Amino acid sequence: MDKRSVFKHRFLPYLLLAPQLIITGLFFLWPAFDALFSSVMMEDPFGLDSVFVGGENFVLLLDDDEYLGAMGVTGLFSLLVCFFSLSLALFFALLADRVIRGAVVYKTLMIWPYAVAPAVAGVLWLFLFNPTVGVFTYILSWFGYEWNHYLNGDQAMFLVVVAAVWKQISYNFLFFLAGLQAIPRSLIEAAAIDGADAVQRFWTIILPLLSPTTFFLVVINVVYAFFDTFGVIHQVTGGGPNGATNILVYKVFHDGFIGLDLGGSAVQSVILMVIVGLLTVVQFRFVERGVHY
Amino acid sequence: MLVRLFLVVYFVGILSLPFSVHAAEDIQWWHAMGGKLGEKVNSLADGFNASQDGFRVVPVYKGNYAETMTAGIAAFRSKRPPHILQVFEVGTATMMAARRAIRPIGEVMAAAGEAFDADEYIASISGYYTGSDGEMLSLPFNSSTPVLYYNKNAFKKAGLDPNKPPKTWQQVVDYSKKLLAAGYECGFSTAWISWIHLENLAAWHNTPFGTKENGFGGLDSRLLLNGELLVKHLTKLAVWEKEKIFSYGGRRNLGNSKFITATCPMYTESSAGYAGFKAAADFDFGISELPYWSDVVESPQNTIIGGASLWVMAGHKESEYRGVAQFLKYLSSPAIQADWHQSTGYLPITKAAYELTKQSGYYQKHPDMEVALRQMTSSAPTSNSKGLRFGHMARLRDIILNEIEAVISGRKSAKDGLDSIVRSGNKLLASFEKISGARKSKK
Repeated sequence: MDKRSVFKHRFLPYLLLAPQLIITGLFFLWPAFDALFSSVMMEDPFGLDSVFVGGENFVLLLDDDEYLGAMGVTGLFSLLVCFFSLSLALFFALLADRVIRGAVVYKTLMIWPYAVAPAVAGVLWLFLFNPTVGVFTYILSWFGYEWNHYLNGDQAMFLVVVAAVWKQISYNFLFFLAGLQAIPRSLIEAAAIDGADAVQRFWTIILPLLSPTTFFLVVINVVYAFFDTFGVIHQVTGGGPNGATNILVYKVFHDGFIGLDLGGSAVQSVILMVIVGLLTVVQFRFVERGVHY
Repeated sequence: MLVRLFLVVYFVGILSLPFSVHAAEDIQWWHAMGGKLGEKVNSLADGFNASQDGFRVVPVYKGNYAETMTAGIAAFRSKRPPHILQVFEVGTATMMAARRAIRPIGEVMAAAGEAFDADEYIASISGYYTGSDGEMLSLPFNSSTPVLYYNKNAFKKAGLDPNKPPKTWQQVVDYSKKLLAAGYECGFSTAWISWIHLENLAAWHNTPFGTKENGFGGLDSRLLLNGELLVKHLTKLAVWEKEKIFSYGGRRNLGNSKFITATCPMYTESSAGYAGFKAAADFDFGISELPYWSDVVESPQNTIIGGASLWVMAGHKESEYRGVAQFLKYLSSPAIQADWHQSTGYLPITKAAYELTKQSGYYQKHPDMEVALRQMTSSAPTSNSKGLRFGHMARLRDIILNEIEAVISGRKSAKDGLDSIVRSGNKLLASFEKISGARKSKK
């Protein structure tokens, strides 16, 4: 008697796959092809007239200082957001991992900001740092520091990074804490008996064993910094001043939906798609080599 | 029993359906007026609906100006446009270029048999929405122009005469120094910096902003805004920012809080900012004409408008356009316009509404409210002061704002900033011309 179970249904597998395939097709493939198509056209917003221009949108875009600026801004912004949201979350997770009494309260409070929508988080920080009526602005003025992120690009960048990091720490914290709790106590205790102090134990045991979690979070955080921070940027700075916080995804939105330049916006989203694709390849091909499962 | 009840309700519903459609046809009006202005818009629609029973105007708030315009365009693309769409002045060239998506209001009025005379409208306002062939394409609805607001209490505190606002920029500097000495953080600030301090400033001094009558003469217009006047003004703004005479308050009208909190006692903002200041400021304020450079012109020209107009969208039943025509007629009537003007600070769009407000003695009691109108009507508009009509205006404004911020924060000279606006802006204008050129060759 054959013990393997054989599924004889011809269509069932496709049927079971269908929901995922339809969603991917509808929300990824279709728009992606549409963007590719739009990127070689110049079209008026109403869709009344369009003219095929080939690579002209690309040429115009690469000739645009503002776009090159946005590339740099995106690189810096993503780096800052990833670094701070990961390192601070790990720091808090290490502390929370050692808490014995009231652990649930700490964890709940740490996870809380994740429930806040990015746009709301943005508004919150915006009020605190409003150049005219913000509380922090007022406190800073006691020390003779003038806060005006409507004009000062570095301050604007600082503000959006803080808002984006603050929101993301919760998510990272959750995964780091779970990762930490999965590390066998025996390993850490053995190292302690061998005379390794807390710092040595962290660098040689905890961090390597956490690497799958860290790798996963790096991928997620890069995507977060590239796309999900849109709401924060939209509410806090609108990409300004002088493009200092104009990240690529925000520029796609702004040029397309506010500026009604469909061709130019489509080119940008195609390039953005390629960049994120490349980043993911790099992460999985090269960074993942350092990960121990 | 329940089934029978259900059936009864169902058939009554079915039968009454055609009647309810015949009773009043819905006219969709998408607008961008939130808050108090939104309530005013609703009361305008209510007033019209109560005045007749053939049509029912349904005002729908679609978010800010940009969101409303995007929503209207998306609706057109999916073939379900509203009947009437409110579009801000920035979108004017885009709407004009999309002739198949809209219906000129003169044509809508004529088709519905409503009397319509474009000359009844104030020329410097309706001119903004009139095509190069002289046809008025959209109905100016909420039009405003920049004026100077000043805090009278602060003026008294600084030893200045609260009835003598500064007339020139030179005076603004002197006044600001006195206000700074009296303990204020800054002399003046502004809303809508590109609109007021570049676009209007150029018109006010009868200086071109672009070639081809600022774009009124054709799509092959190119920018000229890096001339002497604007370089000088922007250079001054950057210097004043350092000296605290000026304080940049952010984009759009984010700087309003600087005036309301009495941080900056002088403020340039749209005449429509009046209602907001009236409600929020706990001090007396006055309104005065936009200052000018007396070493550039002996007397200023006229300012240009901002705000929005109502566009009639194509693609509806002919019978519904009769309702649209009736409603636009209602909106333009002197009583409605005069009330709109007096309660919001927007300009009355017809000569009759202006006359009606004058006769009612309103300006005797509120002389400040006539400032904006005088600014618009005291001299006949020239080719430099009719307005701006550039394609991709929304993106152009972005480029302008970016460069202004770079200049004011001291990272670029005014000349460099304005030069790069011209460079990038002209590329945008060229691509807009290309799309529209394709349209012509197709016809």
